[in-house]
Amino acid sequence: MNRVINDPNQVTEDSLAGVLRAHPDLLTATDHPRVLRCAGPATSRVGVVTGGGSGHEPAFLGYVGPGLVDAVAVGEVFASPTAKSFHAAFREADRGQGVACLYGNYAGDNMNVKMAVKLAAKDGIQVETVVANDDVASAPADEADRRRGVAGEILMWKAGGARAAEGADLDGVIAASRKAIDNTRSIGIGLSACTIPANGKPNFSIETGTMEVGIGHHGEHGIAVLPVAPAREMAGIMLEKILADLPFDGEEVAVLVSGLGATPLMELYLLYGHVDEMLRARNVTPRHRFVGNYFTSLEMMGVSVTLCRLDGELDRLLRAPARSIGLTVAGS
Amino acid sequence: MQTISLGDAGPITLDIARAVVEAQDHLSAIDAATGDGDHGINMAKGFRLVLERLGDRPFDLRQGFATIGDTLLGDIGGSMGPLYGSFFTEMSEALNGRDTLDRDGFLAMLRAGEAAIVDLGEAKVGDKTLIDVLTPSRQAFERAAGSGADFAACLAALRGAAADGLEATRDLVARLGRASRLGERSRGVLDAGAASCELILRTLADGLTRHLAGQPG
Repeated sequence: MNRVINDPNQVTEDSLAGVLRAHPDLLTATDHPRVLRCAGPATSRVGVVTGGGSGHEPAFLGYVGPGLVDAVAVGEVFASPTAKSFHAAFREADRGQGVACLYGNYAGDNMNVKMAVKLAAKDGIQVETVVANDDVASAPADEADRRRGVAGEILMWKAGGARAAEGADLDGVIAASRKAIDNTRSIGIGLSACTIPANGKPNFSIETGTMEVGIGHHGEHGIAVLPVAPAREMAGIMLEKILADLPFDGEEVAVLVSGLGATPLMELYLLYGHVDEMLRARNVTPRHRFVGNYFTSLEMMGVSVTLCRLDGELDRLLRAPARSIGLTVAGS
Repeated sequence: MQTISLGDAGPITLDIARAVVEAQDHLSAIDAATGDGDHGINMAKGFRLVLERLGDRPFDLRQGFATIGDTLLGDIGGSMGPLYGSFFTEMSEALNGRDTLDRDGFLAMLRAGEAAIVDLGEAKVGDKTLIDVLTPSRQAFERAAGSGADFAACLAALRGAAADGLEATRDLVARLGRASRLGERSRGVLDAGAASCELILRTLADGLTRHLAGQPG
């Protein structure tokens, strides 16, 4: 495969170097090479940390910024950051008021965060966690604790970051983050595989002419392999799964349509049009709309749809000003 | 009583690291069937760093295991960094204050490593993880010791149980980790973590057995 890289084993380091040069106004290096923090002076409030594997850009580092995440732990491509990285991120984000670690439900992340929380406790840093599990395709509703975290994490970071910026204490930040993810559901459709640069070849396949409904962010198998359908039908399939999982009738929602890496923005907007139309036909009103490459999987073709059921607080938190590589909200 | 000095056993650390590095493609191929195919890459990366860090200075088995533990915890993320990192760190700490390793000391060390992995990963036997190799291996060693077998015979029992445990993962359905997303589709292939665990235990047992037989090279 043709790639814009040097050493396939150094893509994470090399990419981080570019990110820091491109966004000195947003991101600052730390003593730990795999931890970045929000640029500028630290204000006294609860710290917000996330972390995850590389290859999902702009996630996770692209959501570090004012009104969002304070420090991020960066893992290898598709692999959890180390316990020591999460621990270093907690130290960077802590200003004596505790740290909210908001991350996705994967075995590696769970273990590394668990170890890092113990390490931080020895430093006297209080860390509370919220584990995103918004992917409806990754486990049935009665096993929701096995579900993966996907693009819905962005709304969790936005809510938690905004609540921290409002001056809430750690419990308040955790509660807002949990409310956001508990009211959020996502599903993806994969149209082509992706290749970890160090592997050199894809470790899963999607046959030409087929689509995998419910695919995971690392190519995890979904719930059905179907012939590629028109965008209108894709929107219907995805909304059916999400809406059946939470009662969305007659509510206001945030809608996030993310490309998985190699699907053109034009197609993402095309899909959004159908999603918006279908939601309104069910009396569900899209109040916040995000369309773009928010949470990707290297060069996978495909798309994910995320809905977040809003109440007054979540609406306010999503509306609050924020600035980052992946998401900027002017505020209103 | 069969004993080995920890200093003499130090180079077994290098055997383990080299074995994992050499198995990179094999482990990745197993992982590709159910996971994301990077198990060999991550493990080899970690153990290459171990080889660099150990260098040419003399070290004993406790220091060797501590270096493996620190390196995996500090430099290898994913699931395997913390699991094997804790495993080797706890085994190293179990050797604190000792100059030699005997049968019962080895069992205490292995128990400490196993407990660390169980605590962190929360896997049980049958979940199709490295625990399906580690726990039966420790149990086999324990049973052999209980019946009065010497250190070498206990290590042979451990080795056999590790191989059997690995093969048994083929018929299991993954319940934890990335492969668990596959459900029934994970049946029929080995578990990659179990494969690396068998390799590590086998290499460790082989090295100690050679020392017990007076043939360390």
